[in-house]
Amino acid sequence: MMRPIKDRIRGNYMEYFIQQLINGLTLGSIYGLVAIGYTMVYGIIGMINFAHGDIFMLGGFAALIIFLILTSFFAGIPIALLLLLMLLVGMLMTGLWNWTIERVAYRPLRGSFRLAPLITAIGMSIALSNFIQVTQGPRNKPIPPLVTDTYHLGAITISLKQILIVVITSILLFAFWYIVNKTPLGRAQRATEQDRKMAALLGVDVDKTISITFIMGAALAAVAGAMYLMYYGVASFNDGFIPGVKAFTAAVLGGIGSLPGAVLGGLLIGLIESLWSAYFSIAYKDVATFAILAIVLIFKPTGILGRPEVEKV
Amino acid sequence: MTTGTTTMTKDSILKVERLSMKFGGLMAINDLSFEAKRGEITALIGPNGAGKTTVFNCITGFYKPTMGMITLSRDNGKEFLLERLRDFEINKVAGVSRTFQNIRLFSGLTVLENLLVAQHNVLMKASGFTILGLLGLPTYKNAAKAAIEKAQYWLEMADLVDRADDPAGDLSYGAQRRLEIARAMCTGPELLCLDEPAAGLNPKESLTLNTLLRAIRDQGTSLLLIEHDMSVVMEISDHVVVLEYGQKISDGTPDHVKNDPKVIAAYLGVEDDEVEEIEEKLDKGIIEEGTV
Amino acid sequence: MAYTTENNQSGLMAKAVKEGIFAGLIAFGMFLLFVGIETYQDINNQLVWRTRWGLLAVFVAVAAIGRFVTVGFIKPHLDSRKLAKAKSGVLEISDEKGFFRTHFLKIALVFLLCYPFLAMLIFGRQGSLKYVDNFGIQILIYVMLAWGLNIVVGLAGLLDLGYVAFYAVGAYSYALLSAHFGFSFWLLLPMAGILAGLWGIILGFPVLRLRGDYLAIVTLAFGEIIRLVLINWTDVTRGTFGISGIEKATFFGIWSFDAGAPNNFAKVWGLPTSSVYYKMFLFYIILALCMLTAYVTIRLRRMPIGRAWEALREDEIACRSLGINTVTTKLTAFATGAMFGGFAGSFFAARQGFVSPESFVFLESAVILAIVVLGGMGSLTGIAIAAVVMVGGTELLREMEFLKHVFGPDFTPELYRMLLFGLAMIIVMLFKPRGFVGTREPTAFLKERKAVSGSFTKEGHG
Repeated sequence: MMRPIKDRIRGNYMEYFIQQLINGLTLGSIYGLVAIGYTMVYGIIGMINFAHGDIFMLGGFAALIIFLILTSFFAGIPIALLLLLMLLVGMLMTGLWNWTIERVAYRPLRGSFRLAPLITAIGMSIALSNFIQVTQGPRNKPIPPLVTDTYHLGAITISLKQILIVVITSILLFAFWYIVNKTPLGRAQRATEQDRKMAALLGVDVDKTISITFIMGAALAAVAGAMYLMYYGVASFNDGFIPGVKAFTAAVLGGIGSLPGAVLGGLLIGLIESLWSAYFSIAYKDVATFAILAIVLIFKPTGILGRPEVEKV
Repeated sequence: MTTGTTTMTKDSILKVERLSMKFGGLMAINDLSFEAKRGEITALIGPNGAGKTTVFNCITGFYKPTMGMITLSRDNGKEFLLERLRDFEINKVAGVSRTFQNIRLFSGLTVLENLLVAQHNVLMKASGFTILGLLGLPTYKNAAKAAIEKAQYWLEMADLVDRADDPAGDLSYGAQRRLEIARAMCTGPELLCLDEPAAGLNPKESLTLNTLLRAIRDQGTSLLLIEHDMSVVMEISDHVVVLEYGQKISDGTPDHVKNDPKVIAAYLGVEDDEVEEIEEKLDKGIIEEGTV
Repeated sequence: MAYTTENNQSGLMAKAVKEGIFAGLIAFGMFLLFVGIETYQDINNQLVWRTRWGLLAVFVAVAAIGRFVTVGFIKPHLDSRKLAKAKSGVLEISDEKGFFRTHFLKIALVFLLCYPFLAMLIFGRQGSLKYVDNFGIQILIYVMLAWGLNIVVGLAGLLDLGYVAFYAVGAYSYALLSAHFGFSFWLLLPMAGILAGLWGIILGFPVLRLRGDYLAIVTLAFGEIIRLVLINWTDVTRGTFGISGIEKATFFGIWSFDAGAPNNFAKVWGLPTSSVYYKMFLFYIILALCMLTAYVTIRLRRMPIGRAWEALREDEIACRSLGINTVTTKLTAFATGAMFGGFAGSFFAARQGFVSPESFVFLESAVILAIVVLGGMGSLTGIAIAAVVMVGGTELLREMEFLKHVFGPDFTPELYRMLLFGLAMIIVMLFKPRGFVGTREPTAFLKERKAVSGSFTKEGHG
């Protein structure tokens, strides 16, 4: 999906640049939220959950359907309540999906051959996007704009939805940081990440912890999906792939397994994309993203904030 | 140098000079110098965390030392500075091969295949870097036959002939150790470095190991080994270097080292001293994190 | 257990009912929005919705009953069978193979050689087109691609998620060089392979330092970069329109398959005009290419380079300690795999007569990788079986017209193709995590050749 090309503001390069930063930040927030799901799952069970991008897509669809139902029953529903319900239902829905997916497709393969869960994840990704294509149709689903207010600061335009996205992301990140670092659940997650067997021996319910990790990752992806829908006003069954790959790229760029890394990577990818589109060529923005990923990894193979891998001899 | 007079006459195959290795702020090896003589078994001993494995990893190219020089002289007189070679060249060019503390076999390949992989560079040349071999030229066929014969020789030496066609991962622990040594020997090394070859072996296996190591030495390959098991060290080594906290505290014949008061204090004498043992364990925990 | 009492039985049933209800509830939650509600655009292009409670009920019922039956009947049955087997002490492994299994490869090869003629015999000249092209050629292309990727993933243990890039390089090399210089298929086939191999080296060189999942994501990125460049570099590639009118392959320059050419195959032999000859010809070309891939793979495995690949998959550090240059070893694996991808790509271009970036999406890489893993990494036979099952299975779905009678005329089985493909990937992995053929054939032996159980082989880290 193409981002609308912003009108170039002649003469004022600084403002144009700041405008691009804001756009990049918005997009980056969404990528960051999805990236957390990738990075957490990778951290805790060491698998690339390829289906995570499609969970993000499911989150968008859940929000879309809730939006349609609510607006057709309660025409004058306050936007804030509507948004809140879209987010909540989306989170619940995708949480349930991801929980089930982990139970059915990943857990039986835990501790087995390393590529097996990767293949089931890719299979799940294919199945999920095609499931939505079959049940909801292959066409793009546009919704009327939800939030239309914009603010002007000189030549810079900030839309309310951009502010909303950044604010919601920040709140979620804080809540998330709190859970991982300050609660017993977070401790269990970190312990499981370090050493699953040892954690189990010390009384951590590893299965439950992993399940909760999947649910949390899905919830964040759902929020990202709903915000993506709000930002672009359209949902499609194959929305999971490109944003999913970019979010995964973000996770790797930041250092897979590292939560601040995922957010940083997300923001970087968002910024690269918007700045590249603004200054170079919109057609090659994804090429730029992937090329930068390759370059970063070649020089810093474990990502920006990843722990350097010590080769044990 | 405190080496005994008898060994002074032999020339050295490996010369470690002023070797230092730093991990962050931790000095794992501090200004270490020692020599290994050609045709001898040199043992590197020391308490846990003394930096033995680090020295090993420097010699075999897995770490780049912070400072110092590691010189290897081959039988033909050529000398190599090991710290300047790329990791695989240490084996390919300088003729140093090694085994690992945690056995690293190709567990999904058969025992025989493990030994054939070790002859990679010879076979590669014989196969004309695959191209001639793909065409089925006789040079490669002959080389492949010779490789199997060489493998068979080492299988017999390591007492593994019966298991040749079984996956390496299926062997018992002791057999895996022997296979790893046989595999290292199949590369045709002049210096064989063994990282705790007797670890985890029962007394009987330990005895067979000693025989194997002596046989290897008697064929003309020099050995450098790290060992914990003092009975192995004292029995088979010609020369012992003792490390503590990354520094050499003693160097000489087994008898010389055994009676060195410094060694007794640092290594042999602490057995009943619980306080020091706890300290040692602490050291192990801290230091091994960085070194192993 | 010895005391299978009534009590135990009813306990099991209660458990099954409970689990069934639970599964039903979960399914209800999962499918409530996505199945229970249908969104569609009305005549004003407005997005509206309607309910599909009936379909939702079907989904929930299937989940609940499925779970109930699994817990209540299938699982106890399997457990008791396993128990009985363990008690009897007879190992499953038996050395005796039937005639079919020992001669499987020969039978398969003979069948493949006769296949186009059999198809023509049974379905007639035009009727056989579908069987030769959609089934035969299509499956064999995937077999070849999967065998090529097998060198990288199955032997060397390098996880490559962008293999389709080399397929694309091969296809575009053929399309462009044939359009600009008019080179023939037989010249371009090796050239495309070499070019793809070169690309393998160029792309491989910087990234082979990376390990495991990092390598996976960078190869995925490279695959996407190549596709995006193909889309956007419109001057050369004509972007999404693709390149059409690509020259057909000729019978070594002797006969042409162009309808207008004077040396047209059918004309020369006095046969009725049909495109089936070209398809049959293509079938034999791809069959030969597959055989070449298999031959080279089998030969390479017995050479030092092939053993080094497998050793690399097992333990990279040990490889280095044995004097193996891991960088060049990885590069040769990458380049060899890429080369076969390039061959397949140029064949694809000649077959379609048209290439566009659409054919080289990530999904293709995923499908090829899936075939390799489902077949059993490293096993040529297993991979071929996986390609037949997965590609043939989904192609078969296109043919299932009778389903329209079951589900109504609106039912288009093709839509469900990829959905079922994805689900099949999951199900096969769950039941056979090591793929159809999990054992490894050793490359040399002293006394007897014994297959190595999959539990010993590793899957590589880099």
